[in-house]
Amino acid sequence: MNYNWNWGIFWQTSPDGSGTYLDTLISGLGWTLSTALSAWAIALVLGSIIGVIRTTDSRLAVGLGNAYVELFRNVPLLVQMFLWYFVLPELLPSAMGAAIKQVPPPWGAFVPAVLCLGFFTSARVAEQVRAGIQALPRGQRMAGTALGLEPAQVYRYVLLPMAFRIILPPMTSEFMNIIKNSSIALTIGLMELTGRARSMQEFSFQVFEAFTAATILYISLNVVLVFGMRWLEKRAAVPGFVGPSVSGGH
Amino acid sequence: MVAAAVALVSASGAVSAQELTGRLKKIKDTGVITLGVRDASIPFSYLDDSQKVIGYSIDICHGIADAVKAELKLPKLEVKHNAVTSATRIPLIANGTVDLECGSTTNNLERQQQVSFAPTTFVTATRFVAKKAGNFSDLPDFKGKTVVSTAGTTNIKWLTEINAKENLGMSIIPAKDHAEAFLMVDSGRASAFFMDDILLYGLVANSKAPADWVVGSKAYTVEPYAIMQPKGDAEFKKVTDAAVVAMIKSGQVEKLYAKWFQSTIPPRNINLNVPVGDPLKKALANPTDSGDGKDYQ
Repeated sequence: MNYNWNWGIFWQTSPDGSGTYLDTLISGLGWTLSTALSAWAIALVLGSIIGVIRTTDSRLAVGLGNAYVELFRNVPLLVQMFLWYFVLPELLPSAMGAAIKQVPPPWGAFVPAVLCLGFFTSARVAEQVRAGIQALPRGQRMAGTALGLEPAQVYRYVLLPMAFRIILPPMTSEFMNIIKNSSIALTIGLMELTGRARSMQEFSFQVFEAFTAATILYISLNVVLVFGMRWLEKRAAVPGFVGPSVSGGH
Repeated sequence: MVAAAVALVSASGAVSAQELTGRLKKIKDTGVITLGVRDASIPFSYLDDSQKVIGYSIDICHGIADAVKAELKLPKLEVKHNAVTSATRIPLIANGTVDLECGSTTNNLERQQQVSFAPTTFVTATRFVAKKAGNFSDLPDFKGKTVVSTAGTTNIKWLTEINAKENLGMSIIPAKDHAEAFLMVDSGRASAFFMDDILLYGLVANSKAPADWVVGSKAYTVEPYAIMQPKGDAEFKKVTDAAVVAMIKSGQVEKLYAKWFQSTIPPRNINLNVPVGDPLKKALANPTDSGDGKDYQ
């Protein structure tokens, strides 16, 4: 190893005029959070809708839902990022495409990144939701219908409250994934945390320090998230049903 | 920090196996030298149509590898290629993954704190490439506009600094690599791409419509290119530098220059037609590994 360590680098001024290197990293963390949270909102709403559609009786709706999931699940995220950023404006009417390209940075990269991450993750969420609903005993749906509930009401009052509780743990993983996957947005020029760490490396050549800091920030963020989700699981737990308070089988 | 000029080592005496250290020892023990190569730095180091890495820097590195093999009296030396990017080349040299980086790497004083450089074998300058239709001629024309440069380069660092210093208010997008940066200008996402002019000429020559493009006439910075080596490995540096100096003195570098910059090159048989500039003439007459732009003017 022929390397000069310099841990004081974080308090040196970065050449982009935004303060110290630590400031640029923190600002990158802010972009990582905004990207991930906005995309998560899209993923949760779309994913829940598609997931529910895939458990209905309509074969057409199920087929469409399945097609949606396979489309967004089978193309690498990096390729999707590229498609949203470079290809989409070319497919739209030229005036519209030109308008999209003129969006000033960082929004010009932020919006495609959020859409890309949102749709990609929504397919995964849809898969979780479908699995959650199908994990419930079939009698639940029948009991709801027997009580005279409309199909929509069966989902609203019987199936979904339980299905969402079942899938809380894998949803935690999806939430963490979206935070980590947001780093791919650096390939279209969004300066999120990994992008900032890279630019810090480029300006100072202290690569190992920059990425150590980024790693610590990502881990801290995800640890906070895990504890938040655990708390949510405990809060939402139904005594005797799945969740942290249950010991033994159901 | 004053960069010392390279001491001209004509022929270093053969070193015996016991006193070998650093990379030379590693190369002797493993029988392998690893070169860091680029995939799109035309014509320094790039992939041809059969996915083989070729280029000016690659030829120079193979010359160095031959010298190392002779120096270590190895019956056989395996030359491995390891792909690097603008952003990974310095850490990969530092951590020992690659022994030499053969691409289009600028030698400057900041980088010398982490790596060291062989004598300069090319000199280029930062310029911009833009669509002719935009009528851009100099930095003030880009006030408030979006421009792009490649992440991990000296150029984006210079661009960021000048932007802050002169209050130009440009939005600078860091692109993943040169090809993507060029695509950003081509697709209208950015007004111009700031990069080493030689790379810009290569990108324009290989583009769909070379006539649509213009490379700015103003040169903003001097960028001496050299083969990059690990820092603080004096023995290895002595052998590699001597090999490069020998290639310069024997006219081998001149021949390679003519081959890559003044004749048709694969994959599209384009001739870049780049004459040898004065800074490079100077650097070839008196080989130097200085990372200070002033030494080349």
